[in-house]
Amino acid sequence: MSDSQPTKPESVDEERRDFIHIAAIATTAAGAGLVAYPLIDQMNAAGDTKAASSLEIDISKVEVGGELRVLIGGKPFFIRHRTAAEITAADDVDISLLPDPESDTDRLRPLPSNDFNPAILVTSGTCTHLGCVPVGPSQGLVGDFGGWYCPCHGSHYDTSGRIRKGPAPTNLPIPNYEYVTPSVIKISL
Amino acid sequence: MSGHESTYKPGNAFTKWLDSRLPIIRLASDSFIDFPTPKNLNYWYTFGGILAICLAIQIITGVILAMHYTPDVTQAFASVERIMRDVPFGWLMRNIHTVGASMFFLAVYIHMFRGLYYGSHKAPREVLWLLGCVIFFLMIATAFLGYMLPWGQMSLHGANVIVNLFGAIPLVGESIKAWLLGGPSIGNQTLQRFFSLHYLLPFMIAGVVILHIWALHVPGNGNPEGVEVKDVEKDTVPFHPYYTVKDGFAIVVFLIIFAVLVFYLPNVLGHADNYIEANPLITPSHIVPEWYMLPFYAILRAITFDIGPIQAKLLGVIAMFASIGVLFLLPWLDTSKVKSMRYRPVARQFFFAFVAAGLMLGWCGASNPDDPVFPSLKGADAIVVEFTDPDGTKGTVTFKEKREIDAYEAGDAFQEQKIAEGATGVTLGTQTAKTFTFLHLAQILTGFYFAYFLIILPLLGLRETPKDEPESIHKAVLAGKRGSAAAATE
Repeated sequence: MSDSQPTKPESVDEERRDFIHIAAIATTAAGAGLVAYPLIDQMNAAGDTKAASSLEIDISKVEVGGELRVLIGGKPFFIRHRTAAEITAADDVDISLLPDPESDTDRLRPLPSNDFNPAILVTSGTCTHLGCVPVGPSQGLVGDFGGWYCPCHGSHYDTSGRIRKGPAPTNLPIPNYEYVTPSVIKISL
Repeated sequence: MSGHESTYKPGNAFTKWLDSRLPIIRLASDSFIDFPTPKNLNYWYTFGGILAICLAIQIITGVILAMHYTPDVTQAFASVERIMRDVPFGWLMRNIHTVGASMFFLAVYIHMFRGLYYGSHKAPREVLWLLGCVIFFLMIATAFLGYMLPWGQMSLHGANVIVNLFGAIPLVGESIKAWLLGGPSIGNQTLQRFFSLHYLLPFMIAGVVILHIWALHVPGNGNPEGVEVKDVEKDTVPFHPYYTVKDGFAIVVFLIIFAVLVFYLPNVLGHADNYIEANPLITPSHIVPEWYMLPFYAILRAITFDIGPIQAKLLGVIAMFASIGVLFLLPWLDTSKVKSMRYRPVARQFFFAFVAAGLMLGWCGASNPDDPVFPSLKGADAIVVEFTDPDGTKGTVTFKEKREIDAYEAGDAFQEQKIAEGATGVTLGTQTAKTFTFLHLAQILTGFYFAYFLIILPLLGLRETPKDEPESIHKAVLAGKRGSAAAATE
């Protein structure tokens, strides 16, 4: 078409050209974003991984003084059946002196009847320092405060799972859980 | 130097035909045969070639291992054992690959220290240095990803410690962690992506290596005298045969050491814990990374104090990444115009102190931070007895003796006496004697590490009086031959 008639030199319409540049760049940027989103999002947790993120546990099987260790989605959790002495030890602490002040009752969840069962303590099994799994009654080593001891960098937790000594910054977190019945709990991530 | 005239002459009809279409033989000839290279390069300059060999060895053995390896948490550990026991020469391929990683890092550290000593990061070679830093960073990432693949105890829990570092980032840390892991914790999906990326990164390294060599060939090699080539005729020799032979000899010596490790000591640099299959419920008592990451691990653990609102954990992460990041700034932190430390008498001493600090940081990283550096200087632990008297007053008594056993016996007797008196809550504990621990040493060395880059090098360049540099490489070589002090010190 352009061959058919010689074009005379004309001035470039800068505004039209700017518009084309901006439109082209904007479209490309939006396209790049749309391409990047699935490429990045595919690395997030998959549907089946998310689905495997809660578990119901029968706590009546945990013997007094012992603990049950469960993995949910690869994360460890401790369910500990505390002795009377351990409950007293957890209660009998001046909370204001703790690195991460929390009372023992703060760390329990109510039964369906809205009472508390201080014998059962449920905590995360991941040391809040660098993510090691502390040893406890299962391994026969409970640290200076009778709860758990992290062998990686020497954090001591008490019988309420609270940090008492060592580099860990906070208490063992209480997971998101509830009593389905007085003897069954459901832990969700 | 890219400026030099091409001397390649196609010898036959085919090479003439090819040269006018794809001058690849010309490129190789100009880059690796007739490339003018300073005539005074010493053996510290052979590590570039050695590193190229290392990368090739890792890629070849890695591709072979991938033919037999299964990236699945239920099968990964067993598939590695199968490689070791059943696959023909699988044990050889895997030993070369694992030992190869260590040899790769050994060579790269020597290569980097050489660059630091002879001022290889200075103008006009800043981009060359930056690309080298990128390669080093990619190497660390690749080694970290690869260490998870055997799915042993150290693979899982080491990776867990490092990935948890990202959790220290405020606000977005937990999301980033979940995104990296593809779930709430390290699982099958994590192993699969680590495998995929471990396979990818070496090829990215290879790409950056090509850029690194390109950036080397534009200004040409540096050299131990630190003066630039002035007369190509007098100052340089062609790369082949002079440096192909010199590099070749160094490569052979390097490969002999490599072979000794592969055949006689394949596990000497590894950890026994990694021959136990990964178990998320049991953490090994002493998590340590591979030796080549120990200095950075020591820096991470050295930060045990908060600064303002920034918590120690995050600060440690920042310090660890900054210890690598600061290398990228080196060309602009080192203010001295004199390249070679041969002519920088003060900087030279700080350089050797820096090398020593790097090695000692590695020692700190391998040790338990609370252990004493000098066990013989550590005093005896004291025994502390706590009790509550029948009238309700609490008290503590400390027993300290030359020998711990004496303190213990005294404390034990006191404890029994208190119980007999009717005191309650009587406990006996130990109080560790104060001593100089690896944590303290790591904190001092971390301070020196950053001071070297951020204070010493910038200030020294302005304050130090350098010795007289030689006029030219040619003159320096001749002076050295005559036994003059200038070049003979090396």
